[in-house]
Amino acid sequence: MSELAIRIENSTLMLGERLIWADLSLALKAGDFLAVIGPNGAGKTSLLKVLLGMRLASGIVEVLGRTPRRGDVRIGYVPQRGELDQDVPLRARDLVALGVDGTRWGFGRGGADTRRRVEEALTAVGARALADVAVGRLSGGEQQRLRIAQALVGDPRLLLCDEPLLSLDLHHQREVVDLLQGWSERTGGTVVFVTHDINPVLAFTDRVLAVAGGRWAQGTPDEVLTTAAMTELYGSQVDVLRVHGRVLVVAEAMEPLGDHHGHAHEPVVRPRP
Amino acid sequence: MSLLGYDFVQNAILAGVIIAIVAGLVGRFVVLRNMSFAVHGIAEVGFTGTAAAVFFGFDAVLGLLAGALLASIGIGTLGVRLRDRDVAIGSVLAFGLGLGVLFLTLDSRYASQAFSILFGTITGVRRQDVILLLVLGLATVAALAAISRPLTFASVDPEVAEARGVPVRLLSIGFLLILAIAVAEAIQVVGVLLVLTLLITPAASAQKLSVRPLVATLLAVAIALACTMGGILLGLFTPYPTSFFVATLSFAVYLLSRALGPLLAGRERALAPPSR
Repeated sequence: MSELAIRIENSTLMLGERLIWADLSLALKAGDFLAVIGPNGAGKTSLLKVLLGMRLASGIVEVLGRTPRRGDVRIGYVPQRGELDQDVPLRARDLVALGVDGTRWGFGRGGADTRRRVEEALTAVGARALADVAVGRLSGGEQQRLRIAQALVGDPRLLLCDEPLLSLDLHHQREVVDLLQGWSERTGGTVVFVTHDINPVLAFTDRVLAVAGGRWAQGTPDEVLTTAAMTELYGSQVDVLRVHGRVLVVAEAMEPLGDHHGHAHEPVVRPRP
Repeated sequence: MSLLGYDFVQNAILAGVIIAIVAGLVGRFVVLRNMSFAVHGIAEVGFTGTAAAVFFGFDAVLGLLAGALLASIGIGTLGVRLRDRDVAIGSVLAFGLGLGVLFLTLDSRYASQAFSILFGTITGVRRQDVILLLVLGLATVAALAAISRPLTFASVDPEVAEARGVPVRLLSIGFLLILAIAVAEAIQVVGVLLVLTLLITPAASAQKLSVRPLVATLLAVAIALACTMGGILLGLFTPYPTSFFVATLSFAVYLLSRALGPLLAGRERALAPPSR
């Protein structure tokens, strides 16, 4: 496909008085896997909100050939958050079904078609056996797979994931990553993956966007994950080490930048109506 | 059953059926959205509305409705975010009660009526009230059915729902209006101080018993119906108040479902093979 999945040119985003990024340019082909990295509060989630049409940035922003707007069915969204409330009175299948008909008004229940698509999505994330279990009783990893199923059930072409590996153990991280990569390969879908640790997705990341303190750097992993690029981005000496195929980003007199505990000075703003 | 021959008994039973169905359906979303305090706030301002209506010589039921609707609009406008909401409700509620006390003092005729609004007088329901209850009840149920899916989405998962284009904010206010009507209806049976017994307890109990949305919704209606009918009948055959029986029955059902719930839920989880 020649159409770009995401095209951003000379875009600037301010949150109040704070500059999140200036003159950002980014082009993502269909099928690409983009990892968005950076400390907490640097604007990783804001990028997703802009792509979802929930926040306005200046310059050119196009998603799948159109200006972002809410409710674009071609975009799947897996938000960042803790576990669902234990008392949520829904089964796994009900939660996933919201991805099909949760926006639909009117009477009546989901038909056979909805049911079939929900089953398919549950199967795709390996949660078929959990279909009738209350979501509140599922583990964090199981809930995360359901959220991905909910995003995939609408058959999107672009998947936006906000820290989907947060609070998952290594085994479950692996499972979620394989799932997303498999989906992208199978359907040619594009993935934007916000993460504080690039290592779990490094092997198949096509492009990296690093954001920090109002600045950004982007390119292939080999271009961005270098001592020179990171030092420039952070404006202080930052060493990038490759050890056993993993990337370690080490700043002087700081905790490792990959560690999300290190940079909690700017909380990520998450409106919860 | 010679009692059924009396108009006031017929009216009470008809009103009870309508109110129980509305309360059971609306209650599911009250529980889902964790809005017990809003229910309480709307009810208390409903009391103020009634007091004002009586004082100025209007129909008490219309005053009740107006008060409840105004309260829900106030809560919806002041408390947009969850964290603001309880504070907004508290403020609206306190102001409303203050006004209620004023009307009460201004007009002494109102004292006995105040008691019946606070604690419910199902046997005082007139035929014209039943018709109003029916019309409002049908409108509430229809509106709720029309928005139930997006409302569920917005309640469970507001962030994704908003990204998917669900008008989360609008639904929140829409539901408050539906809630206001439901509260005004429930007040006729159990009174201002006991509305929670119909608008929370049946749905909360049902939710403990089944995680299937349709089954839980039907159970909530069934429990609300059983408690209301049981309360009305016990109230007719004993010298004790109906609202006491409704509250006691629904609390008993709640305790029972809390005890039974984990057993049923455990079975549901056990039925599914482990995910790995």
